[in-house]
Amino acid sequence: MAKKIENVGCPFCGVCCDDLVVTVSDDGKKILEVENSCIIGSTVFHRAMSERHTLPRLRQPDGTFKEISYDEAIDYTAKVLHNAKKPLIYGFGSTNCEGMAAAAKVAEQAGAVLDNCASICHGSSFLAIFDNGYPSCTLGEVKNRADVIVYWGANPAHAHPRHMSRYSIFPRGFFTGKGHKGRKIIVIDPRHTDTAQVADIHLQVQQGHDYDLFDAFRTVVRGHDIPDVVAGVKKEQIIEAVDIMKKARFGTIFYGMGLCHSDGRNHNVDIAISLTRDLNDFTKWTIMAMRGHYNITGPGAVWSWQYGFPYCLDLTKRDIAHMNPGETSSVDLAMREEVDAFINIGTDAAAHFPIEPVKRLRKHPWITIDPHPNMATEISDLHIPVGIVGVEVPGIVYRMDNVPIQYRNVIEPPEGVPSDEELFERIYERLCELEAEDAAREPAKAAPEGARAGE
Amino acid sequence: MKTVTITLANPPELYLEGQNITPDNFAGKKAAEIATLDVWEGKLKSPLGKYFTVEGEGGATAADTKIVLRGDCTRVKRIGQQMTAGEIVVEGNADMYIGGWMKGGKIHVKGNVDSFCGIGMEGGELIIDGNAGHHLGSSPRGEWRGMQGGLIRVAGDAGNDTATFINGGTIIIGGNADIHVSTHGEGGTVIIKGDAKGRVGGQMVKGDIFVYGTIEYPLPGFQLVGEVEQEVDGATARFAHYIGDLGERHPVSRGKTVYANIYTRL
Repeated sequence: MAKKIENVGCPFCGVCCDDLVVTVSDDGKKILEVENSCIIGSTVFHRAMSERHTLPRLRQPDGTFKEISYDEAIDYTAKVLHNAKKPLIYGFGSTNCEGMAAAAKVAEQAGAVLDNCASICHGSSFLAIFDNGYPSCTLGEVKNRADVIVYWGANPAHAHPRHMSRYSIFPRGFFTGKGHKGRKIIVIDPRHTDTAQVADIHLQVQQGHDYDLFDAFRTVVRGHDIPDVVAGVKKEQIIEAVDIMKKARFGTIFYGMGLCHSDGRNHNVDIAISLTRDLNDFTKWTIMAMRGHYNITGPGAVWSWQYGFPYCLDLTKRDIAHMNPGETSSVDLAMREEVDAFINIGTDAAAHFPIEPVKRLRKHPWITIDPHPNMATEISDLHIPVGIVGVEVPGIVYRMDNVPIQYRNVIEPPEGVPSDEELFERIYERLCELEAEDAAREPAKAAPEGARAGE
Repeated sequence: MKTVTITLANPPELYLEGQNITPDNFAGKKAAEIATLDVWEGKLKSPLGKYFTVEGEGGATAADTKIVLRGDCTRVKRIGQQMTAGEIVVEGNADMYIGGWMKGGKIHVKGNVDSFCGIGMEGGELIIDGNAGHHLGSSPRGEWRGMQGGLIRVAGDAGNDTATFINGGTIIIGGNADIHVSTHGEGGTVIIKGDAKGRVGGQMVKGDIFVYGTIEYPLPGFQLVGEVEQEVDGATARFAHYIGDLGERHPVSRGKTVYANIYTRL
């Protein structure tokens, strides 16, 4: 008799659907069916049964992989971290907060740079939030209150498939009983996306000129005149959209990579926040980042709590955390050849980074920690397989609106395969051993002397 | 004024963090003492003498100390960071944060510099003969009080995000500037002798920007109000005068609303 597990969280996108029903086989080892999820979410569960390695694989001099034990892999990783002058630990899009905290412990001990996928994704949102605040809300509030929704530079129809049906456009909430009939949808995107198909108004902004259009919106909100056409959008269309926004009872701007990945980056988000603030002079408006992975909000929450910064953490001075994207961000570090070892965990840097930084990182030891083979594992010196969070490993994840959710596992990981947290705890222990060995070998260091001690 | 000449003899494999290379730290020290100051290469802390040869000695105070850097310092960061007085001359290129948070004195870089130079500057002079990277004279991340005072003069081009959150002081760029000049500005002056790409004065509250060339994509929040004759950097010229950013909040002083000004040369 197959077992049905209800209210399972989905380990795919930032919407973190927690209403999945997963059917597992009698012995609890196979996933038979996944209900309620989108096709991508269901693939994450079904793929748990294929393409799995149960032992780490180390690159040999002839270029092939050889399976080694976990102890050997942990020793190799600890030695790489110990010997490097500035190692980089990057990833964390697809793991739990427990794993992130354990990795931060390792990074601090190793004097590494700790970065997450936000670095090439919503990192610019963090910079804007530092500069300008974040008048946000939860997705529950959007569902129950919002009557005007703006998707700016985001295409949830493809990237967050259940976002519109669970929270923004279609659900009937407490004050939104008419569902989509009671809501106005504005989509601003250079392309006529599938999300734009369901919009009441689609403004086709000229690519890379969102900032100019936001400036026009703000100028109109304050009652000033604007040129006849701004960023490819007619003045009348802008005035019409602003009018709808001002008359909303509760509105939310959801923005995505269209702002974070076009010219200006953090400034596009920054001015979107300014517009949200302006609109609050008239009615209630909120703004939310369409975070990508199911727990990419997690490292921001965990590391902000640990170090005061959400990403691009330079821990080379160990007790002083330094953060400045442009210098301490992964792609910049790689491009400037500022790091000499790379650990890629819970993401695929080889697939997501531009090719040039990948080539430069590849000159140094590259270790990938991931349940499945991917592009990064295939160019790595070492691939360490781990359990899949949300399928085989439980843990806390943060939804895109910063709401923490406790995920469960539905099956057990393959025998002997650890979770990210266990793996990092073991690397940490080995790293401490290496440091102790070093300290024992060197003569005891004298107390530090001032520069003028000889006088 | 006494001169200390340090020459990069053993370049680092990665990048060096040389926040100790300031007249304030060199003052009152002999060559051997200066060679013991800390520099960082990643997590590795080493004495300055491991990378540089040191000649000469510091003056009695920072104001009496001049530092000359020789050799290829393209991979040396934070030279002159937080300096309060004295002088630094970099004979070639330098990396990031040159003159960051500086309060006084003078830095002259004869080559190019990378990003974040002169960030959070409060006073003094930063002269760059080549090009500057991004975030020139900008505010550090999350800091809404940017450059407070001092002068930055770049002979070549500047990257993007020049003078973000500028509050005071002057930045003169001899060449062109990329996008975002004086974003969120609340004061200060930026002079661009070449062209500006766009987003000049976005979200700007107060302050002045002079552009001698063209602004490729002017913002809709700025409005032409007339023509003026102004003396800028020692020469007088006629400019078209725009006020804005009309989308941003603006303070009222003596019954009149204060706007930020953009002047483009006629």
